[in-house]
Amino acid sequence: MIEFPILTLLVLVPAVGALLVAVISKRQPDLVKVTALLTSVLTGGMSLWVLFAFKSHNPDFQFVSQHTWIKPWGISWHLGVDGISLFLVVLTGVLFPLVIAGVDPHHDHKRYLSWMLLLEAGVMGSFISLDLFLFFVFFEIVLVPMYFLIGGWGYDNRVYAATKFFLFTMVGSAFMLVGIIATAVLAKADDGRVTFDLIKIAENATFAASTGRWLFFAFAIAFAVKVPLFPLHTWLPDAHTQAPTGGSVILAAVLLKMGTYGLLRFGVYLFPEAAVWARPLFLTLAVIGVLWGAVAATMQTDLKRLVAYSSVAHLGFIVLGTFALTTTAITGSVLQNISHGLSTGALFLLVGMIYERRHTREISKLKGLQKVAPVFAAAFMVVMLSSIGLPGLNGFVGEFMILIGSFATARWWVVVAASGVILAAVYLLWAYQRVFHGEPDEDNKAFPELRWKEASLLLPFLALIVFTGVFPKPMLNRIEPSVNKLLDHVEQNSDWQQPEPLEPVISEEGEG
Amino acid sequence: MLDLVWLIPALPLLGFLFITVAGRKLGDPKAGYFATAMVAASFAVTVGVFVDLMSKTAEERTHVRTLFQWIPVGSLKIDVAFLADPLSITMCLFVTGIGTLIHLYAVGYMHGDSRFSKFFLYLNLFAFSMLMLVLGSNMLVTFLGWEGVGACSYFLISFWHEKESAATAGKKAFITNRVGDWGFMMAMFFAFWAVGSLDYSVINGAAGGLTKTTATAIALFCFLGACGKSAQLPLYLWLPDAMEGPTPVSALIHAATMVTAGVYLMVRISPILEVSSSYAPTIIAIVGAATALFAATIAVAQNDIKKVLAYSTVSQLGYMFLAIGSGAYTAAIFHMVTHAFFKALLFLGAGSVIHGMHHEQDMRRMGALRTLMPITAGTFIIGWLAIAGVPPFAGFWSKDDILLFAYDKSPILWLVGLVTALLTAYYMTRQVIMVFYGKARWHDAHAEHGAHGDLVEGARSELAPHESPWMMVAPLVVLAGLSIVGGAINLPFSHNTERLVSWLEPVVVVHESTTAKLPLALVAIAVGLIGIAAAVLVYAKHKARVIEPQILADAWGYDRSVSNFMGGPGRKAFDGVVWADAHVVDGAVNGVGALVSATAGKVRKLQSGNVRNYAAAIGSGVVLLLVWFVVVRGML
Repeated sequence: MIEFPILTLLVLVPAVGALLVAVISKRQPDLVKVTALLTSVLTGGMSLWVLFAFKSHNPDFQFVSQHTWIKPWGISWHLGVDGISLFLVVLTGVLFPLVIAGVDPHHDHKRYLSWMLLLEAGVMGSFISLDLFLFFVFFEIVLVPMYFLIGGWGYDNRVYAATKFFLFTMVGSAFMLVGIIATAVLAKADDGRVTFDLIKIAENATFAASTGRWLFFAFAIAFAVKVPLFPLHTWLPDAHTQAPTGGSVILAAVLLKMGTYGLLRFGVYLFPEAAVWARPLFLTLAVIGVLWGAVAATMQTDLKRLVAYSSVAHLGFIVLGTFALTTTAITGSVLQNISHGLSTGALFLLVGMIYERRHTREISKLKGLQKVAPVFAAAFMVVMLSSIGLPGLNGFVGEFMILIGSFATARWWVVVAASGVILAAVYLLWAYQRVFHGEPDEDNKAFPELRWKEASLLLPFLALIVFTGVFPKPMLNRIEPSVNKLLDHVEQNSDWQQPEPLEPVISEEGEG
Repeated sequence: MLDLVWLIPALPLLGFLFITVAGRKLGDPKAGYFATAMVAASFAVTVGVFVDLMSKTAEERTHVRTLFQWIPVGSLKIDVAFLADPLSITMCLFVTGIGTLIHLYAVGYMHGDSRFSKFFLYLNLFAFSMLMLVLGSNMLVTFLGWEGVGACSYFLISFWHEKESAATAGKKAFITNRVGDWGFMMAMFFAFWAVGSLDYSVINGAAGGLTKTTATAIALFCFLGACGKSAQLPLYLWLPDAMEGPTPVSALIHAATMVTAGVYLMVRISPILEVSSSYAPTIIAIVGAATALFAATIAVAQNDIKKVLAYSTVSQLGYMFLAIGSGAYTAAIFHMVTHAFFKALLFLGAGSVIHGMHHEQDMRRMGALRTLMPITAGTFIIGWLAIAGVPPFAGFWSKDDILLFAYDKSPILWLVGLVTALLTAYYMTRQVIMVFYGKARWHDAHAEHGAHGDLVEGARSELAPHESPWMMVAPLVVLAGLSIVGGAINLPFSHNTERLVSWLEPVVVVHESTTAKLPLALVAIAVGLIGIAAAVLVYAKHKARVIEPQILADAWGYDRSVSNFMGGPGRKAFDGVVWADAHVVDGAVNGVGALVSATAGKVRKLQSGNVRNYAAAIGSGVVLLLVWFVVVRGML
């Protein structure tokens, strides 16, 4: 029986949608919007279907679909989803229709929507490809629409930002391309045929330690740029600040996750020995990123730039958890991918709404908004507290799991990184005070309250922020098995040994 | 009834959710009464659980109720579970009991405020968080409440957020607390690493098997957390500023309940503290004693009616940590309870005065109020006697208990405690005289630069202080009653009268004091009376010069130095990072970019604009790479 090719459709539907939008006449703007909305909603629906049909407590790839593509080079259309990618797929599927429906680009809807849908296809493809070549294709596709979205619908300095974004990522990709080709060629030695299949290479190929490390770095640089890991992060504040709101939301919520996801899937999984070897470097850069991003965020004068730097800090936590190489830490990282997507995505939406009203993002020009728009302020507050990592909201769960899970294998890094939670409170509360507290001045007196349309856009975010914070178990049940499988793979292919989980010690009689 | 323990926090949560949805419709005062009812219901459930626990034998008085799995991953198994035992239920009793009174009081105090229902929404959320903190059966649920009360404290301090100082104070409280929270998190990491669980039963049960270093680390990191939440040196800074919040908030959060969370945590993990290196409790005792004395000296020179009480709270919390450091955990809890009675009473009394004086807080503009506000004055005086350590009021017994154990630990600590007691009696007497006795000074237009220089001078003469409405006065009367008889829960005459000790004994380490009680008690009484007499001489009889040096009014300049550091070198360092980010990290990137474009200028001739040439170049490049990998490295 041929299974329903749901994953293939996840890529194809938005791709076809992009094409349709591109060919529909400009004179039919409504048709353009409806087409874009329908295809993205359809994709979102399918991603939810994947979520509900996904078998929890199952570590393997599910909904696998595999077809030979370029036979002589061993390239195939190989898609699959497991606990590590599942929620990224769902987040992508759910986020795009929200952004498409809720954020107005103001001009050139047709081209904008076409790029958006192509972007969605690329992102989806990246998260479900199980073939190195295919992954690379999707990874690169993503660049193009993002470049045009920033360059075409961004703000004053958009060309500089778009170019910087493009060049940074291209340089990383160049390394990865070399890495991919070399990996495939070198892996061939074992069975005589070239293959780009991720699973085949990971499970069968053995690289000499030095080779594996070179290859690992070729991949890791591309992902480190994408994450972005300190000191490769400087494209991010520019790109975020200049991108249109919709672009920023997508960029923060899913594009950056291609980096953290890639590090797990194509770094740790493919080159376990090298990943273990490179731990100190990545842990250190991650922790520097946590503090550096937070300190830089504190001093920003542009609200959007502040949120962008906060991403550098948050993503540092995720990389820390990834290279701590324990079940709890990596599961936390995978969960935090989603949590950060929700809270930072929502923050960018809110900042976008402020910009729509006031045509400025300068913190010093905003004042006293809580008095004139209390509901708007309350929404901002909840999202902000989630970003600060308040227990009971989503941000805390992942962050806590990362830190407590990393403590056994990366203690001193954790000690330092945990101070990032203090700084998170500093930069966000200070910004909140300057923007929302105080007596509103002339310019801010007429700041409109949250509208129904905006509220309905934010509501899914707020609901998920609370739900994930209170009851993350369903997510953990789906993520953890795949993480365990990955770690088993690492332990079999390197000298890494995850510390034995302690059985809770219960002595017969405590003191007193 | 025990299985219904989850209702204790659930009811205020329900109140919070309901007011969030329907608060504006309920309006003033119904939203307030609703919130009060929710906390009162929670109190009723607590009493039920308490009675249930009482009916069991001492060993069976620990009950865990698990609601659901919160974070189950790997070996980390964290449940949302509640622990009902003598310690947590004692806390719940006074949190919900005093909480109800203060909610009721706030209905009167906040009447007419444009954000009336929002105030009660926060207040209910606070009650929920505080009860989670207390009832959590593992450190993470406690931490949920711990951060929750911190957030509520932030909301409520900056409740009147249009005021710059209120907004700043709220932020300061949150951030300072986060420093402590870092310590709390570290303690959790160490505990989990060492025993594989965050459950109190497991951690405390495994105490005997821990290495001294681990136990010390857990205890001291918890103490750092406690220093933040309970406003001890060096993190006490936020509490005096927190007085920017409405007075019911100061009474509930910043006197009676939240600030005692640190004390609760230390008592909860007391078995760990018992097995840690001996310097750990000594550090705690020294910090406690130092904070007690330090804050008391500052309180002597404050003119804001609430600031006096704020520093007094810091000082009294210092006593509790002195008790913990001396191994007197039950004494710490005892003082926590009595302090909650009389300090809530004093704050609410101060609020009543402020309310009656139309938001005047400067004691130099008060005086002679006892005739105009008889109930407020009468109850305030009872609170004063309780805190000054006059027998038989509640504060005497608990303070005496602490001093007794401090003497066992070290006579020096005892002496510091004694001097603090002297100062406490002195500054509280000063406050009572300035507010309720002497001349009426509120008509004095020339009253020098008060805390609120912004008051319109003309309005002064029309000021007519008045007694507060019933819902404000009734809680005062109840709390005054408790401040008189509260000591009865733990009288030191025999084992039978030490009810609190025998109640807590199954869950808290109890030590016996070896020192003779009576002489120390007599000394303490004498010292308290001397303090009162001295203040009467200075402020009522004017027989001696007023000693209020500027440095004390400035809180020894500590707060200012910290702010100056943050605003000066701290800010410069942050700016330095931003500069480095733009010029070093990004500068390198732009430098490379410039280099590339310069080089590109020279090789521009290669740029033919012909796509086929590019494709050929890329293609041959890939081929070369392939060749290199296959031929040169490929057969490795």
